[in-house]
Amino acid sequence: MVMTNVAAGSALRVDEVRKSFAVPDAPGTRRLVLDGISFSMAAGELVSLVGPSGCGKSTLLRLIAGLDLPDAGDLLVGEEEILGPSAERGLVFQDPNLFPWLTVRRNIEAGLVARGVLHEKRHEVDEFTRLVGLGAFGSAYPHHLSGGMSQRVALARALINHPKVLLLDEPLGALDAFTRMRMQDEVLRLWENRRTTMLLVTHDIDEAIYMSDRILVMTRAPGRIDRTIDIKLLRPRDRTSDSFLRLRSQILEHLHFAGKAADV
Amino acid sequence: MRPAAARTQLTFVRTQLKNNTADRLESRSALPWPIQLAVPVASLITFGIHLLFSKKWPPLETRSYVLLFWEILGVSIVLSIAQSFWAGLRQWMRHMWPIFTAAILLLGLWDVITSGFHLLPLPYFPGPATVLRSLISDRALLLDSTWHSLVLLLSGYTLGVIVGLVSGVCIGWSTSVRYWGMPLLKVVGPIPATAWIPLAMVVSPSAIVSAAGLIALAVWFPVTMLTASGVSNTRASYLDVARTLGAGRAYLIFRIAIPAAVPNIFIGLFMGLGASFLTLVVAESVGVKSGLGWYVSWAQGWAEYGKVYAALIIMAAFFSTVMTLLFKLRDRVLVWQKGMIKW
Ligand SMILES: Nc1ncnc2c1ncn2[C@@H]1O[C@H](COP(=O)(O)OP(=O)(O)OP(=O)(O)O)[C@@H](O)[C@H]1O
Ligand SMILES: [Mg+2]
Repeated sequence: MVMTNVAAGSALRVDEVRKSFAVPDAPGTRRLVLDGISFSMAAGELVSLVGPSGCGKSTLLRLIAGLDLPDAGDLLVGEEEILGPSAERGLVFQDPNLFPWLTVRRNIEAGLVARGVLHEKRHEVDEFTRLVGLGAFGSAYPHHLSGGMSQRVALARALINHPKVLLLDEPLGALDAFTRMRMQDEVLRLWENRRTTMLLVTHDIDEAIYMSDRILVMTRAPGRIDRTIDIKLLRPRDRTSDSFLRLRSQILEHLHFAGKAADV
Repeated sequence: MRPAAARTQLTFVRTQLKNNTADRLESRSALPWPIQLAVPVASLITFGIHLLFSKKWPPLETRSYVLLFWEILGVSIVLSIAQSFWAGLRQWMRHMWPIFTAAILLLGLWDVITSGFHLLPLPYFPGPATVLRSLISDRALLLDSTWHSLVLLLSGYTLGVIVGLVSGVCIGWSTSVRYWGMPLLKVVGPIPATAWIPLAMVVSPSAIVSAAGLIALAVWFPVTMLTASGVSNTRASYLDVARTLGAGRAYLIFRIAIPAAVPNIFIGLFMGLGASFLTLVVAESVGVKSGLGWYVSWAQGWAEYGKVYAALIIMAAFFSTVMTLLFKLRDRVLVWQKGMIKW
């Protein structure tokens, strides 16, 4: 399918960002979750973020989305500072979080309604419903959908706003292995069509290698960026090729996880 | 008492749903003879009982009661024939016939106890024929009373629901409104609306207006409570998603928090409806000079217990119809909640 309006992404810069939360058990104390995160992404880049559970990946994504504010540091999209949530930065969670009282179609058009532009952009609703392969399910309610379908609706709902940055927090984490691989291709297709800047949190090293231009590895909490790994393989990538497997074992070795489970 | 009532309603709904699926599976097969014959046989039995005892206890004009049985008999035979051509009717009969049969037999039992063996003292417990006669002879006044009750109920209920929704959304959404509103709600809410009757009589210029206000008050409390809890318990992730889609405050309140609270709101509406029936009847019997509540106490004043029961029957039909309509509305609004079709 040829997209008529390719929305180019924007560069993202995260500079010395720190974030702590109050500890509920011990009033007055705060626990540092992000300890000076710095990295930047070029416009249209697809970057994966991996790290041990609890190191602050979701917290970082919420900061970029503008749902929380950092204690210190700067977050910039292009030249603009992030001060609050905006339709320019889409966010998709592991749980699709579809609004259960709306049909698939109405879920997808939610962003247009929220911004008050449904009238001008109504034609895009069909386009995006078809884009994620759900043309026949427009009037179904979310509880009728499988996990993979729901996540595709969530993607379409985020993409219809043509966000400059798309933040994905383990979007495929709850899917079975086959659906997950199909969805990885689907996300890649959307990304190649639209050249949205994408930041993908994942627990799956294979997924990170298969999809991204670059992998950011975070340390244990309090989280920092430990290292950056460039993936120079040509797309479409072959999960069973020698170069893929070599890269995979190198990364696992880097992470001191060689011989353990592939999941971080 | 209120949460318990809500729970009963929920169980009732769930049973209804289960029955529906079972019925759909059965609807293809023919209706068995015992079910088809149950209603005519039951009405013949009850009719027989009546004949037996009305001879023993002559001075009653019971033509309407006799007529009722011929009608039931006729209709049930016609339906038995019609159902072999009409699957929907068959399904309905399969579901309803056992209940109708039991109801008709209960009429017979009532006849036995009252006009038959005089086990209950007269005039407080008249037989079914007397009640039916009162129902028919006083139909104009009963209809008029029902109409007045309906108007009063709807005006009070609507007012209470509107105010309750507004206050519930405000309390549920805004922390400062919650801070000031919650204590008031906790102190004033649990007082039964009927306890305000003496005060309402003094304050208000007209009994009707004060009764409508009391019904509204009775409805307001549960609707506010349940709406507020529904709105304030909206899943945070729905609100987060909406914010990243560009939603402003109006969208978050009207398109996220309120729809998310609708299942809760309906529980409040049901509880409020129960409370409004109670308040309606009490208010009518002590202050308002019209309506079914008034009719009951008026008939009781003249020791016309046939009329009392006639009014109770009308009341039962009236209230359960209103309740059923609310259930229907709920089912329509909450289609998204049901797992009807699975892809
Ligand atoms: N709103 C909050 N209040 C208090 N603590 C929080 C809050 N949000 C996150 N945390 C804490 O911050 C830490 C990092 O959480 P976060 O969800 O960002 O981790 P994560 O890297 O996404 O983990 P996972 O891989 O398991 O999803 C956790 O210890 C969590 O308990
Ligand atoms: Mg997380």
